[in-house]
Amino acid sequence: MSATIGRRSGSLRAERRWALWTAYISLIIACVIFLMPPVYMLITSLKTNADIANLQGNPWIVTNPTLEHYRSIIGNPLFLTFFWNSIKVTVLTVVVSMVISVLAAFALARMRFWGSQWLATGVFLTYLVPDTLLFIPLYQIVGGLGLLNNTWGLVLVYPTLTVPFCTWIMIGYFASIPKELDEAALIDGASWPQMLIKIFIPVALPGIIAATIFAFTVSWAAFVYPTAFITTPDQMPLTIGVVSTLVRGDTFAWGQIMAGALLAALPPVIVYAFLMDYYIAGLTAGATKG
Amino acid sequence: MANVSLRNLVKEYDGGVQAVKGINLDIQDHEFVVLVGPSGCGKTTTLRMIAGLEEITKGEIDIGGNVVNDVPPRDRDIAMVFQNYALYPHMSVYDNMAFGLTLRKFARSEIDKRVKNAARILDIEALLERKPKALSGGQRQRVAMGRAIVRDPKVFLFDEPLSNLDAKLRVQMRTEIKKVHQTVRTTTVYVTHDQVEAMTLADRVVVMNHGIIEQVGPPQELYHHPTTRFVAGFIGSPAMNFIPARVENDAVHLADGTFLPIPDARRERYAPAAGRDLLFGIRPEHLTEQRIGPNRADIIITPEVIEPMGMETLVHFHFGDARDFCAKIDPTAHAAPGERLVLTADMSNMHLLDAATGRVL
Amino acid sequence: MADSMTAAVTAAAQPRSSSLQRLARRRSSIAFLMTLPLICVILGLVVYPAGYAIYLSMLSRRMDEFVGLTQYDILIESDTFWLVVFQSCFFAVTAVIAKAAIGFWLAHMLHHIPTKGQRKWRGMLLVPWVIPPALSTLGWWWMYDPTYSSLNWILAIFAVPAVPWLGEPWWARVSVIIVNVWYGAPFFMIMYLAALKSVPEQLYEAAAIDGASSWQRLRYITLPMMQNIISITVLFSLIVTFANYDIVRVLTNGGPRDLTHLFATYAFQVGILSGNIPRGAAVSLFMLPLLAVFAFFILRGVNQRNKEMN
Repeated sequence: MSATIGRRSGSLRAERRWALWTAYISLIIACVIFLMPPVYMLITSLKTNADIANLQGNPWIVTNPTLEHYRSIIGNPLFLTFFWNSIKVTVLTVVVSMVISVLAAFALARMRFWGSQWLATGVFLTYLVPDTLLFIPLYQIVGGLGLLNNTWGLVLVYPTLTVPFCTWIMIGYFASIPKELDEAALIDGASWPQMLIKIFIPVALPGIIAATIFAFTVSWAAFVYPTAFITTPDQMPLTIGVVSTLVRGDTFAWGQIMAGALLAALPPVIVYAFLMDYYIAGLTAGATKG
Repeated sequence: MANVSLRNLVKEYDGGVQAVKGINLDIQDHEFVVLVGPSGCGKTTTLRMIAGLEEITKGEIDIGGNVVNDVPPRDRDIAMVFQNYALYPHMSVYDNMAFGLTLRKFARSEIDKRVKNAARILDIEALLERKPKALSGGQRQRVAMGRAIVRDPKVFLFDEPLSNLDAKLRVQMRTEIKKVHQTVRTTTVYVTHDQVEAMTLADRVVVMNHGIIEQVGPPQELYHHPTTRFVAGFIGSPAMNFIPARVENDAVHLADGTFLPIPDARRERYAPAAGRDLLFGIRPEHLTEQRIGPNRADIIITPEVIEPMGMETLVHFHFGDARDFCAKIDPTAHAAPGERLVLTADMSNMHLLDAATGRVL
Repeated sequence: MADSMTAAVTAAAQPRSSSLQRLARRRSSIAFLMTLPLICVILGLVVYPAGYAIYLSMLSRRMDEFVGLTQYDILIESDTFWLVVFQSCFFAVTAVIAKAAIGFWLAHMLHHIPTKGQRKWRGMLLVPWVIPPALSTLGWWWMYDPTYSSLNWILAIFAVPAVPWLGEPWWARVSVIIVNVWYGAPFFMIMYLAALKSVPEQLYEAAAIDGASSWQRLRYITLPMMQNIISITVLFSLIVTFANYDIVRVLTNGGPRDLTHLFATYAFQVGILSGNIPRGAAVSLFMLPLLAVFAFFILRGVNQRNKEMN
């Protein structure tokens, strides 16, 4: 009797160990594949032009590492202009989106009013409208305002990318604050604005950080609108700048392109590295907090 | 300090559902009043209307001589303690207590004095710098009370403040609340579903059911002289036993056939009810194996379940149509399931109710 | 959220005007003011442009004449357009299935390893989702490069002949799908992981005591519990993938011979690059019915989920 139990628990342990091995092997393979492109970009960016053009040998190793491409890309005033444009557009978009969505989410989550239910549904629906559906009419509208080929045109339209989702997840965060908290504040003598600023924003700070990160990454990575609206390099943000101006002519400066792309990708990656938990909370909030 | 009056207070939700159906209540200055009743009886709605968190459909609420129907909560000069404490999670204990005073633009020194004083009363001086997250349930409850005390309001409102605590802590905090009230003497309205809490804390208990007040009175009066079947059954634990009965020849004729003599003092009172459908009610503590004393009548039963509680033993049995009758006997007395047992009813503590109206005669 | 309706009804049903009600009314006007910027964004930048797009699509190429549905007629009769329709659907369906499958598998694997290691793995596996796709696609483009392809170099180790990644139509389609799967699978993984973590452990323990095998636990507990989130994620990803732009624009720009165009890139080519705004608008509007169907099901799923969670 005890022998059979012993054998059974032994096979259970074996089964568990086997499952663990499968898990680790799958994860290692996935990690290798998932990290391959950025790693290869890094490898290329550290190679000399001669090494890049060399068809002999292993393309995955760097024999003579050099920072020459980084030096030249940082020294390129055009690239700095792209960076500056990206920062300008992103910061403005983030600020505008957060103000709009926090105010609206507070009203929708707590101050019930006529049509608030419809508006909440509307917010979710607009979140589902992809940017590629409306860039042509927006192109006409922005053109009509004389803002084509102008970073301000981007600041005008980027909120369509960020506001619906930010509002949606802020509604979720605000709604999860217990009602007694506002009632306590109401009895303590707080007005609506005081309640928002002194209670809701501090309590929902994780949500605010998550929404801010989302707005930041989305505006930094936006691609359709700038390709459609921006034509001259001096107004280009990074994404389109790196893709369209560095990639030019027959001989691609691969080293420089990769260095530029990596530098351009750095801000969101840094944000992610330091605020991963908030980042993931924001990502999953739409589904788990809906 | 102030008295609170509710006059014909009605709360109607959409669809015509009435949570509170026109209640009248006068609460004296310094008084500790407990609203008690089963869930859905309208007690919390009443409290929230006093707080101004719920709109009043009809009637008036008067605090300290002013009708406050149209006054927003912050101007009613009340403080409230919530069931889940509702402490601001991002503020320290000190800031939680100071928040209401800060919003009212009190001087720093005055705020500090009041917070320190409240902390001393509640014995939470060591916790002032902590965040609510780092507090135990009982400590949070103290902070919530501290937040009310510092405001020095006209009225304290408590909404089931002990429901989230475990049994032991609940007893401890109950005593604490009573002590605080004896110190600060603020008019208090306290809502609970727990009749023990109501009995131990209140100067007067208000028993509510289905949106109306069943009875108002001091705890002892409610216990000994309930006026309705609901109150008789609600107050006391285990609950009062009921069985259909009739009055015949100065005796109670129970549905199972038993005759119990009515004590002399009550004969006149019950005479007019002769022949009507009645309910005989008696509390388990008045149904014992003790056979000495005046006005006692024997009944013979067969116990189904015996529950020793330590200081007493509960005996559950069938009695006529009444499925769960309960008696409290001395733990040393012998009783076993299925074995015949003779109990005596203390008839001077009996109750007779009109079966149709549920009123106590 | 259902309460908001009842609250609104209560407020409307009571004609008596107290100052508390005035306060409530003032509260709704404050609330309306607070949502006004949001309403402006939705109306001005989504609803109006959508209507405007419909109007634009009914103009002639030079936009001086109302031509009704002519632009749509022309599109329906063009072979290129049908290729775009086919490619978009093919791309979206295969990519989403692959992303969902890989994401589900990885989420499961991640859920099985000890908790303290999960954070590290999750951190690395989410990297593709974090890099702006336009930029990471540049890296892929370089890996697909016909002369210098580092992917072909790896394949050569296993004696696989060089693949014409972007040169041959079918390979180009596959290349685009690979990049999209690479970019989107981590998102599925993270969503499914969150859903897996929300299944109470006791359910598995109860099932184990009832004698369920690990496959049965997956079949009878995990999948039903995650069903809603799986469908929401899949539908949402269908929308985003269907409307994808970045990857094709960088990788193939529609080539070879317009065979890898998606709705978005084709609309861009026709509308912005060739300057035929009305036809471009018509192309992107063709996405609308499909998207509306997806959106309808997502909304239903979200509502169901809300009901279950309350």
